[in-house]
Amino acid sequence: MFEVQKIRADFPILNREVNGKPLIYFDNAATSQKPQQVIDAIVDYYQNYNANIHRGVHALSQEATDLFEAAREKVRTFFNIPQAKQVIFTAGNTHSINAVASGAHVFVKQGQDIIVSAVEHHSNIVPWQMLCERVGAHLKVIPVLDHGELDMDAYHNLLSENTAFVVVNHVSNALGVTNPVEEIIEAAHKVNALTLIDGAQSCGHMTLDMQALDADFYTMAAHKMCGPTGIGILYGKEELLNTLPPYQGGGEMIDQVSFEETTYAGLPHKFEAGTPNIAGGIALGAAIDYLNEIGMNHIAAYEHELLEYGTNRLKEIEGVTIYGDVSNKAAVISFNIAALHPYDLGTIVDKLGVAVRTGHHCAQPVMDRFQIPGTIRASFAFYNTKEEIDILVQALQRAVNMLA
Amino acid sequence: MAQIEDIQNEIVDEFSMFDDWMQRYEYMIDLGKSLPIIEDQYKTDDKIIKGCQSKVWVHADLKDDKIFFTADSDAIITKGIIAILVRAWSGQQPQAIINANTDFIDEIGLKEHLSPTRANGLVSMIKQLKMYAVAYQSQLN
Repeated sequence: MFEVQKIRADFPILNREVNGKPLIYFDNAATSQKPQQVIDAIVDYYQNYNANIHRGVHALSQEATDLFEAAREKVRTFFNIPQAKQVIFTAGNTHSINAVASGAHVFVKQGQDIIVSAVEHHSNIVPWQMLCERVGAHLKVIPVLDHGELDMDAYHNLLSENTAFVVVNHVSNALGVTNPVEEIIEAAHKVNALTLIDGAQSCGHMTLDMQALDADFYTMAAHKMCGPTGIGILYGKEELLNTLPPYQGGGEMIDQVSFEETTYAGLPHKFEAGTPNIAGGIALGAAIDYLNEIGMNHIAAYEHELLEYGTNRLKEIEGVTIYGDVSNKAAVISFNIAALHPYDLGTIVDKLGVAVRTGHHCAQPVMDRFQIPGTIRASFAFYNTKEEIDILVQALQRAVNMLA
Repeated sequence: MAQIEDIQNEIVDEFSMFDDWMQRYEYMIDLGKSLPIIEDQYKTDDKIIKGCQSKVWVHADLKDDKIFFTADSDAIITKGIIAILVRAWSGQQPQAIINANTDFIDEIGLKEHLSPTRANGLVSMIKQLKMYAVAYQSQLN
């Protein structure tokens, strides 16, 4: 039984006020709020288990190691990953992408193509541009159609025997549109290209099954799924992770070190140089427990209900344009009202206690495609309510009246 | 021309008549409508002030040893903010603009816009106006 008021009680921040008004948090695509259970896990770790992991023989170090590795196992189960060693803990989603792109010269040869989409976040464009420069590869772009969907005909035409890598996001952060990643992955594999799917906006909002999806690499951010900042996940197929060279050198990622030669540790440690974000990993485990308790199917269904309600309510505002107004999308609504600047609207609704994102959402090519300076983005999570959406609509109406 | 300080005090007085943020913002939006608008020939990418989520263009002319600013923005609130600065500082000698303090922004209840991390870039606007003053001052010397 999904009870939103009961869920809201788990999120202490939802009790605070902004500018004298109860906070309405609609910037979930930027980061999700944290339930008390996750906050407690961080405090509990530092109060009772703080020790460096994987090396100490003392009891505390072993307890901390057990908790950290238990979290890795929770991630494995949550995303249906075959083995725990295919769960690499990174500093975040961007870090996960860079960990692959920085070593991907072993997969991409000079003159080959890397295909990205026109709706990528800058963090899934720039690392691949850097790789292209390094190895002399070419960046090809899947265009986006007027309604925010990828031009799949164009994608199939771009694919060739010369394609080395295809990198797309599962859900666009700027538009919220869910991309047909199953089809993208299958087609890429037919020409022996590798795939990396950026899951920053899908993780925590839908059930993800790595084995069914068959992506070669998949990246996630803990803080987008009720976990803390500073910890991300890189999933990869075992043989590819074995081939991929390590991103950073240091402690914990080595097998043997001498001044003549160093051999690397096995997975996942090869990619986890230095002391990891131990508290972050453990708290991510607590976040997964929390999401499991509610149930990802309930979360996805409720968020879709909010999306439909929000879309209909926003369309009541005169002059509203929604970018990415398709049925297959996450609970993200990116819009403008007439010719008003998103910054103006965002500033006024913030004064009324509603947190939305304005601007280009780190996806300037998307804004260029639609020839707009930016949008207002309202992104919902399972702890939001329809009443809050009503207040957003009222706030926008007030802003329009002020600015007209 | 009145001294910068007098104009700034005048603006503070005007804003003190309002008791809530909404009226202050409405007044600021109104002030934006009286901003001397930059000529199209100067409304180029190199005149855009960096650090703002909206676009702000500023141009400065020197006439009789005094600086006259013209500006524009594609956002209404930002246009109001730059209009306040232009009203306070336009028509003044470069050295006076260089010396001008910006406490009045705080006093009119726009303190939140002064943080350097704010997306509207008020701090960048102040810096750019003062840069024009520094450049013209060095011409006069």
